[in-house]
Amino acid sequence: MSRIVIDSDKCKACYLCINECPKKLIKIGNKTNSLGNRVVEFDDPEGECLGCAMCAVRCPDLAITEVYKG
Amino acid sequence: MTVQVFKIPDSFKKDVKFSFCPGCDHGVAVRLVAEVLDELKIREKTILAASIGCSVTLYDFLNVDSIEAPHGRALAEATGVKRARPDKFVFTYQGDGDFASIGLAESLHAALRGENVSAICINNTTYGMTGGQLGPTTLLGQVTTTSPTGRNLEYYGYPIKIAEHVALCDGTAYSARVSLDSVANIRKAKQAIKKAFEVQLQGLGFGFVEILSTCPTNWKMTPSKAHERVRDEMMKTFVPGVYKDVTSDGLTRRMR
Amino acid sequence: MVTETLSNKKVLTKGNYAIAQAAINAGCECYFGYPITPQSEIGEFMSGKMQELNRAYVSAESELAAMNMVIGACSTGAKAMTSSSSCAVSLMQEALSYATSDELPVVLISVMRGGPGLGNIYPSQGDYFQATKGGGNGDYHLIVLAPSTVQECVDLTYKAFYLAHKYRNPTMLLADGLLGQMMEPVEFKEYPYPEIDNSSWALTGAKGRDGRIIRSYAPLADNQCVFLEKLFEKYRTIEKNETEWEEIGTEDADVILISFGSTSRNVKTAMKLCREKGIKAGFFRPVTLFPFPSARLNELASKTKKMISVEVNMGQMINDIRLAVNGKVPVELIHKPVGAPPAPEEILEKIEELI
Repeated sequence: MSRIVIDSDKCKACYLCINECPKKLIKIGNKTNSLGNRVVEFDDPEGECLGCAMCAVRCPDLAITEVYKG
Repeated sequence: MTVQVFKIPDSFKKDVKFSFCPGCDHGVAVRLVAEVLDELKIREKTILAASIGCSVTLYDFLNVDSIEAPHGRALAEATGVKRARPDKFVFTYQGDGDFASIGLAESLHAALRGENVSAICINNTTYGMTGGQLGPTTLLGQVTTTSPTGRNLEYYGYPIKIAEHVALCDGTAYSARVSLDSVANIRKAKQAIKKAFEVQLQGLGFGFVEILSTCPTNWKMTPSKAHERVRDEMMKTFVPGVYKDVTSDGLTRRMR
Repeated sequence: MVTETLSNKKVLTKGNYAIAQAAINAGCECYFGYPITPQSEIGEFMSGKMQELNRAYVSAESELAAMNMVIGACSTGAKAMTSSSSCAVSLMQEALSYATSDELPVVLISVMRGGPGLGNIYPSQGDYFQATKGGGNGDYHLIVLAPSTVQECVDLTYKAFYLAHKYRNPTMLLADGLLGQMMEPVEFKEYPYPEIDNSSWALTGAKGRDGRIIRSYAPLADNQCVFLEKLFEKYRTIEKNETEWEEIGTEDADVILISFGSTSRNVKTAMKLCREKGIKAGFFRPVTLFPFPSARLNELASKTKKMISVEVNMGQMINDIRLAVNGKVPVELIHKPVGAPPAPEEILEKIEELI
């Protein structure tokens, strides 16, 4: 199953990844990291992730550290 | 079967964290450089000449040997490194102010001599680290902290089209302008960086990529608005494209 | 031109060529330069020789670029140099400040001419301050060696490469237009110093190890404090080990004549003229201008009645002499603003006026 891994500590809340996801699986979460940023979450209950990695390619802070396609 | 399609490039230091502002495209450009170093397997022969400005921090992220150059002098230092050690892979990573304002002489003369080095120039139309002043690439009409009513021609003159100038130098093997405004363009940018690195490895001469980038903090825009500005304003003046490529133009240069 | 370069025979050679050949003998791998009178022969000589030897020569776009190219080459552990003069050495100050902070073994030949500004191409010692007081921004010094003969141009060029690499500090050979342009018989012996191992710091590509960074950027104030204390500890070591001077007839001298570089040649003769006239004069010549032989001058100040600094400038080294003797004896100045050094008879006449 395709999925992404987010390192919340690196997220600076630019939210560029949210627009990139073709399935709209990334959203602003409720958690705040050590930088004081309200970080994004990967929410994919239906297993819709395509593993396209567009979110990771767009992320300017390496906060999306891994993407798996399968 | 599940395959990993994205990972943190090996050419980065362990636990790398960027110090750029939120949404700044420097982070994307730096990652592309690291990915290309990985793909070409040249990390262990690379020497970076770092510059001054937001770009200076690159040596904190990449796990390569680095020498820090004074503002604008990265390509003079890269020349010194490459002439002393021609077997190494030598590149610079500079901002537009560094490359095209204070360092224009060093930059263009490195290209004119056909130095076998590669250079990346981040064009975000402003001096980012010092707080958003008018730079050599500031667009006509653009408001900055030192062009409070906008860059007008009579008072400030024209912005410079860097990739075109570099392409005019006979020693240039490759010169391209790319943009990071979309994922598709990010992928094209990576191919351009790879090409600019490869021409050095092939001994063909100076390899150059100008990267249209954002500065959301000083532009006072959200990161996604900043990408719209790149598309709607910057790319009209700074048109992306390959301005010189000796490997496809049929031009040849002597091997050094 | 130099024809016999490594023989023990003496050859008649111009100062600038002697420096260039000595640099080649010292193993200089890279020369970067930009022409300026009165030292252009160094670059001319290097352009041919370096190519012949398959070493690097670049006609840089400016002195500013040339010095940065030297930094780049030195960062890989290579022996590299540039040469220039006065107003153009001014252009290199930014890079020299970086090179000192980066602890790089830069070698710079400075062949002084008249200033300030464009000045003229006559010999001068007007860049003593520029050479010895740092020159660029921040707290630092170059090691500065001042030859007085063409033979010393050779010997001290060898030494400049050695000290630069031994201490990882930019080192300057401070000559002037007179030395650069005059011909004297010289002997080119082999480079007499051991090679310095730079494997612990040189940039070689991070093969099998983590990347190294050579930089001066110290964003935290504490880091900068630690670095500067370490840098100045190094200067104290250099002062202890490397301070060099020449002295003649100082033990019984009532007056000690102090001079460096080409000017000291006439001063030495003037001292002999003094002795013939019954004036008990001594001669003292700093060979290293940084480190300055302050301790020795302070000792001598306890034994003599007067010191006279003879300089071709408006009086620069005299400040360091006064600091060294700290009021123990009066220090006077005999000077000429610019041009060939005053003749021995002229110096004698002024000494007689002063004592």
